Amino acid sequence: MKVMTVRLWWIRDGGLIGSGNNHRASGTPCEPAPPLFAKAPVNSNLLLAAIPATAFAAFPLPLLLQRYGRTSAAVAAATVMAMCLGLLLPLAPAALAGHREVARLAWLPAYGLDLSLRLDGLGLLFCLLILGIGLLVVLYAAWYLPTSDRLGRFYSILLLFMAAMLGVVLAENLILLLIFWELTSLSSFLLVAYRSDKHESRIGARMALAVTGGGGLVLLAGILLLGQIAGSFELTVILAAGERIRAHALYTPMLILILLGAFTKSAQFPFHFWLPSAMAAPTPVSAYLHSATMVKAGVFLLARLYPALGSSDGWFWLVGGTGAITLVYAAATALFRNDIKGLLAYSTISHLGLITLLFGLDTPLSVVAGLFHLINHAIFKASLFMAAGVIDHECGTRDMRRVNGMFRVMPITATLAIIAAASMAGVPLLNGFLSKEMFFAETVSYPQFEPLGWALPLLATIAGMLAVAYSSRFVHDVFFNGEPVDLPRQPHEPPHWMRAPIELLVVLCLLVGVFPAWTVGPLLDAAAGAALQAPLPDFHLALWHGFNKPVLMSLLALAGGVLIYALRRPLFAWQGQLPPMHPRTSFERFYRALASGARRTVAAVDNGSLQRYSALLFGFVVVLGGWAFFSAPGNTGVRPAAQPADEAAVAALLVLLLGTLGATALYRERLLALILVSVVGLTVTLTFVRLSAPDLALTQLAVEMGTIVLMLLVLHYLPPRNAPRSSARRLIRDLLLALLAGGGLALITLQMLAAPVDTIAGFYLQQSLPGGGGANVVNVILVDFRGFDTLGEITVLAMVALASQALLDRLILSPPQRDADGRRWAAEAHPLFLSILMRPLLPLALTVSVYIFLRGHHLPGGGFVAGLITSVALVMQYLANGIAFAQPRMPQQQVRLLALGLLLAAGIGVASWLFGRPFLTSAHGHVPLPLLGDVELASAMVFDLGVYVVVVTVVVTVLSGLGRLSLRARDGEEAT
Amino acid sequence: MEAMLAIAVGVLTACGVFLILRARTFPVLLGLTLLSYAVNLFLFASGRLQVGAPPLIRAAAAYVDPLPQALVLTAIVIGFGMTAYLAILALRSLAESGGDHVDAVSTEDARQ
Repeated sequence: MKVMTVRLWWIRDGGLIGSGNNHRASGTPCEPAPPLFAKAPVNSNLLLAAIPATAFAAFPLPLLLQRYGRTSAAVAAATVMAMCLGLLLPLAPAALAGHREVARLAWLPAYGLDLSLRLDGLGLLFCLLILGIGLLVVLYAAWYLPTSDRLGRFYSILLLFMAAMLGVVLAENLILLLIFWELTSLSSFLLVAYRSDKHESRIGARMALAVTGGGGLVLLAGILLLGQIAGSFELTVILAAGERIRAHALYTPMLILILLGAFTKSAQFPFHFWLPSAMAAPTPVSAYLHSATMVKAGVFLLARLYPALGSSDGWFWLVGGTGAITLVYAAATALFRNDIKGLLAYSTISHLGLITLLFGLDTPLSVVAGLFHLINHAIFKASLFMAAGVIDHECGTRDMRRVNGMFRVMPITATLAIIAAASMAGVPLLNGFLSKEMFFAETVSYPQFEPLGWALPLLATIAGMLAVAYSSRFVHDVFFNGEPVDLPRQPHEPPHWMRAPIELLVVLCLLVGVFPAWTVGPLLDAAAGAALQAPLPDFHLALWHGFNKPVLMSLLALAGGVLIYALRRPLFAWQGQLPPMHPRTSFERFYRALASGARRTVAAVDNGSLQRYSALLFGFVVVLGGWAFFSAPGNTGVRPAAQPADEAAVAALLVLLLGTLGATALYRERLLALILVSVVGLTVTLTFVRLSAPDLALTQLAVEMGTIVLMLLVLHYLPPRNAPRSSARRLIRDLLLALLAGGGLALITLQMLAAPVDTIAGFYLQQSLPGGGGANVVNVILVDFRGFDTLGEITVLAMVALASQALLDRLILSPPQRDADGRRWAAEAHPLFLSILMRPLLPLALTVSVYIFLRGHHLPGGGFVAGLITSVALVMQYLANGIAFAQPRMPQQQVRLLALGLLLAAGIGVASWLFGRPFLTSAHGHVPLPLLGDVELASAMVFDLGVYVVVVTVVVTVLSGLGRLSLRARDGEEAT
Repeated sequence: MEAMLAIAVGVLTACGVFLILRARTFPVLLGLTLLSYAVNLFLFASGRLQVGAPPLIRAAAAYVDPLPQALVLTAIVIGFGMTAYLAILALRSLAESGGDHVDAVSTEDARQ
């Protein structure tokens, strides 16, 4: 009996990240952790584990509570998020101080998969974004979604998404990270498709799932490679092995695979198209998933794996290049979008490209800038999406050609949105300005680009201009630009609580913009320290660094952006002439082509024809066998002595060949073919006799009789008409396959027989008598050594009987009255001679089978053979006397008999447990019996009896069941 | 004798495969029977060929490998079960579709 042991341990890992020197002289002071938490109470890793555990355990709550009203659903969702936040806060000081907390629960250690979590500065930053913006979104959605929605489903999926997102940013094991990663794709699919009655919701959701889920699969491949290279899936190990990983031969393929995963998730060019399509989601979802969290998972992965994968040319060109293209392309596209959310979506893609580009620049300071911009973007973009939702909610449309002049209608919302849009454009005093300045500074000082030193700043300035231009368009079109055109609803200010999250976020934009060091300084330090795994570079978060190149670039961007917007009319006209680029439609076309291609492939292979399946199967076997045959190493060693052939063997071979080839050639003459096949069977029996296999010969002989009776019965019902001949092409194909299969197997047989013998026979031959108490080694193997196999085999036989009974149930077939030539069948079914002879033969045959059974342990025989002999004797009664005579005299409860046989065999196996032995251990001993004398009995004989009962029942069930068909047909005829 | 057995296995396999690829149930049954002869002989041969050495302790000086024999013995019986089940399946198919085509389509459909 195996005892399942579950080993469970927690690892307290209080190592400082990098040098731990996060207290820079010039920057903000990083608060040292309060003693209470810095001492790391024992349960701090339990607290860590509790965060995702709570989220996952509690996500169905809103669904369960929605019957108490939509408010309870919203309150439940907010409570769950607040609880997670409450669990996080005690851990925050240590993470801010540069500690990392690792909790580990062994799951599948053999596969390197543990439930291990880590919390460091980077994880903390993302947890705060996920939970903070999550809380605001919960509040906002309660007001945004129509009152007819009960919200349980919405909030439950939102919580599931949040839980998965927390899992992604807290995972220490990369495979665990991937599981959560795919879960975010799945839950985001459900969220985008929330309005499942709308076509575009479904298309958008499907596209998002296909792109991000497919990217996840690619990521899986990359992570597996990374795990192979690093020797572990634990981040702690991987992040410390950067040198080794970059030097590995598989570094580049692995990098490409992982980057594909990150780029699809973060909507980088050319995978960006799913994000605008996903705008069919309700706006709270867009504000949460598509600005602050899910799309940031890709850049999170870049930051997380930066110490392991970064600092290489491949990283620079792939990450930096993709980021740069995405940054400019999406910014240019955003300008021309008429849908507010479409503009915001492309702006998001562009900003994600900016962050990616910063990570690609591959300097410590650019990573800091990337993370800073990531925070700022989450804040201003979430508020902008919420503002867009307010406008949509109030106006009933988001088309900027119709939504105009909103400043007069909703001045407060307008002011908030204008501030957030200014932050997006990078206007001073706002947070977007600061990180954009850092970005500009990075492009100016980038060392690696010496010959093209002006290219990167130029690209950055152009992107900045475009950002200013589309922000201006958003502000001017929506809030000014004359009167609204043909709105479905009369807009006014939204309810205060709907605006509250926007207010809070915009205040944050201002606070971070003016006092960056006091607000996000410590968090950014901790996150950057965790991302770099190295000492922080010297940098200074401040509003004003003096007049320098970045400031000049900002001024240029502002002026240029306004200029571009002023020139919008010719620009729009020019854009209208461009050939349309529709990655969405190309993707849809690709998707449909893939689906129909798959259908065609399936239809070609799986066309419902058994002949084609068989041909494919045999063809495959021939290919596989040929491959194995020709790739096998040559034989060395002592070859067994060849057996000389004699006249009898030659004669037997000739008979066998004649029978086989004759049956095949004459297969359309069915009776003749059957007789020839049975001749072959008898020759095989004789072969067994000759080649020292008496048990096999007995079994084969008995089976032959059963088979012949069976086939004759089938033949009786089959239509007499001969089948049409196969086409020549079909014949050639089949002959070719047959020759390949036969020739191949003949070659393999020859090779095998010439190969040296390497067998475990010695063990069985030695142990048969002392261990199994029998001299017939074959029988001892069947009932003792390999008894468990035999138990399985008789179970299969019992299943055959049960399945046959089911197939025969209520089956009515009337046999043809004439043969193919129109001759009537003989009327005399049961010749008198046969029927008289058979009755006394029955007890004789049964006696023989008892004898064969009893001696089986020592001489050829045993349960299988005895069972076959008994059943043949019983079947002979049917043949000789007819079903009407035999049926009432047969055992009727066949299912019970089957059960009895199986129980006998299994029961004696279980009985050995009573003696403290393993299942199916046998015992044997000499028992003096009256009349018979000293008989050696083995418990294995009970097992053999079970085999006997099953075999008899199966054969009799099948054959008598077939025989009864004629009875039923006759009844049917009489009834009509 | 080894070469002869290999020839027998090869011819049995070839004919079995050819018959299994036919479109009517009865030849398929015959083909399966032939193929199982071939497979049983092949498995049996993996214990090598020996004359007069049955694996009965004390009956002979040398013994042939008993393990393949045990495997083949159950294979023979299971093979019978398989044939029986297919035979009954063929009859059921005949009752349901009115023909003996392996795909349960009528002859007219099969010709098209």
